[in-house]
Amino acid sequence: METTLVYDGTFDGFLTCVFTAYEMKLKAVSMVNEKLFQEPLFGTSEVIITEQEKANRVWAGLKKKMSSNELRRFYYAFLSENPTVETTLYQAILYVFASTKNVASDFGNVHILELSKLTKNVGREKHRMEAFVRFKLTKDVIYFANIAPDFNVLPLLKNHFEKRYADQKWLIYDLKRKYGIYYDLQTTELISLELDANFDPSKTSSAIFAPIELEFQQLWKDYFRSTNIKSRKNMKLHIQHVPKRYWKYLSEKQ
Amino acid sequence: MSFERVQEKLNILADAAKYDVSCSSSGSNRTNKNKGLGDASASGICHTYTEDGRCVSLLKILLTNHCIFDCAYCVTRKSNDIKRAAFKVQEVVDLTINFYRRNYIEGLFLSSGIFKSADYTMERLVAVAKKLRLEENFNGYIHLKSIPGASDELMREAGLYADRLSVNIEIPTEKGLKLLAPDKNRADFIKPMEKVKNEIILYKNEKKLIKSTPKYAPAGQSTQMIVGASGESDMQIMYTSNYFYKNFNLKRVYYSGYVPISYDTRLPQIGTPVPMLRENRLYQTDWLLRFYGFNIEEILNEQNQSLDLDIDPKLGWALRNLHEFPVDINKADKRMLARIPGLGMKSVFKILNARRYRQLNWDHLKSIGVALNRAQYFIVCASNQFERRDLTSEKIKGLILQNSKSKYTAMLSNQLNLFG
Repeated sequence: METTLVYDGTFDGFLTCVFTAYEMKLKAVSMVNEKLFQEPLFGTSEVIITEQEKANRVWAGLKKKMSSNELRRFYYAFLSENPTVETTLYQAILYVFASTKNVASDFGNVHILELSKLTKNVGREKHRMEAFVRFKLTKDVIYFANIAPDFNVLPLLKNHFEKRYADQKWLIYDLKRKYGIYYDLQTTELISLELDANFDPSKTSSAIFAPIELEFQQLWKDYFRSTNIKSRKNMKLHIQHVPKRYWKYLSEKQ
Repeated sequence: MSFERVQEKLNILADAAKYDVSCSSSGSNRTNKNKGLGDASASGICHTYTEDGRCVSLLKILLTNHCIFDCAYCVTRKSNDIKRAAFKVQEVVDLTINFYRRNYIEGLFLSSGIFKSADYTMERLVAVAKKLRLEENFNGYIHLKSIPGASDELMREAGLYADRLSVNIEIPTEKGLKLLAPDKNRADFIKPMEKVKNEIILYKNEKKLIKSTPKYAPAGQSTQMIVGASGESDMQIMYTSNYFYKNFNLKRVYYSGYVPISYDTRLPQIGTPVPMLRENRLYQTDWLLRFYGFNIEEILNEQNQSLDLDIDPKLGWALRNLHEFPVDINKADKRMLARIPGLGMKSVFKILNARRYRQLNWDHLKSIGVALNRAQYFIVCASNQFERRDLTSEKIKGLILQNSKSKYTAMLSNQLNLFG
């Protein structure tokens, strides 16, 4: 009979599930985020409380089996929020622990290959956000950007933006997942925001943003237009590189 | 700064700079220091793409489009009747900083028309970079154009502030240069390139002894050639390119399909399509040389002076060298795997990893992402199914073209008419 382990949606929560599955020697097991959980018709379910120590033990165990690059793939893939990612990861973990040599790059194994594809998707989305974040200067001198990425990549962005914008306050907010990261010139923290009901993320309201902000947006738009070569127009390629779903937050595409 | 004036200048000087195709912002190792602004150590980022599908990664502008030269292929040539403008040093600095803070760009790519003299122009370019680095503590990417004929002292200084320097050769052959840009000579292009090359070698040696040696052009040098303006062959272009890669340690050579901008009878007329497909084949060849271990003589030689437009250069090579195939996916070395049509270096990497665990068959190759429609005629794997017929090159080419759809199909029929 299948057991469903319900966890809180965090990576540590998932790793705690893996620990539990090994500890209880569960044969048929699946893991599901509590937000998506529905009581199964058959089988049993159990709520798993996240325990840092158990999560750390699983992570440390994986670490012994592979390089740090390969290890990172497991975290990246998890952030994809793919509906079957728990199964993919769990199957890959079973395979890794069952093998005596390092199999984390055995792309002939379906789970490892699937994991590497999810990793690639998340990595690409992270890179896109590093490119597509457009900061707008607010009246209280914070550079503010809103995004709505396909995957939960905000935790992966912290490092990149900290290194780059060390001398300005900035805030990147994920509208889809309703949390942001804020850098106050010293440290970067996760925050949640109460956005005003009238706040339109695709506009630059003069109530919130600095007057000079609109001028630079205009210059950027002009630059974007001037640097295009009309006789080489290739909209298919353009849309392939900048898919339409990202346009709403790109000032040059407004 | 006055918004309207800067806006007008930006429109003119961005428009004039757009024919320079270099957009790279990678290859540097400049990190953020003293909690300043910017970091150029990561891989390059394209912040957006124009409607022609080209990457926008740097603020690419001319300092001025006033120019004392009259090169036929150039839109800012002296005799062309266009609006002229010039930025002040501070205006470029302000634009760069403010664009960078909003995450629009990775940095600045500053070029210029030549006004007064080469040194006078180069001095202004260096002044912008210096101000960004020393006054604004800007650690983003800076690409400066080396002005042909600029003095060694200025080139030395430029490299201290810039990540990359480039001189565009533009015309691949000396004969073409004489015809289209009679006031310029090859030696003027070579001089700053030579100086920068030597400084980079010097820097690398000193760095080994003294760790605090100031950085010198960490992202190296690049150049650009115009394709299709002076009747040169693919072989001439790629041999020139190869020469510059080998002798000047260039990081990149860019190929820019000529966009007709003049009614000069020495050049393709306005309305002639940009040779984008040919440009693409040249880039593919460039990649084969730099990443796939090919020698230029294998791809272009006296018998084959131009690249096929309907198939990629690797497939072209394979069809001329059928005696090297079929290759066993489970046994071949990396060099030979990289030579199989339909395999990129990422697939090669995955195959090398995956075959350590098991013999790979067609299903494995397919899920790894190999383009089997091309590769199938050239490989055997762990399967008793493989191409048994003794096919000729023409036959294989026909089968591949029949079973594949190229994004260039429409353009291909057009261009074949042009060149045929």
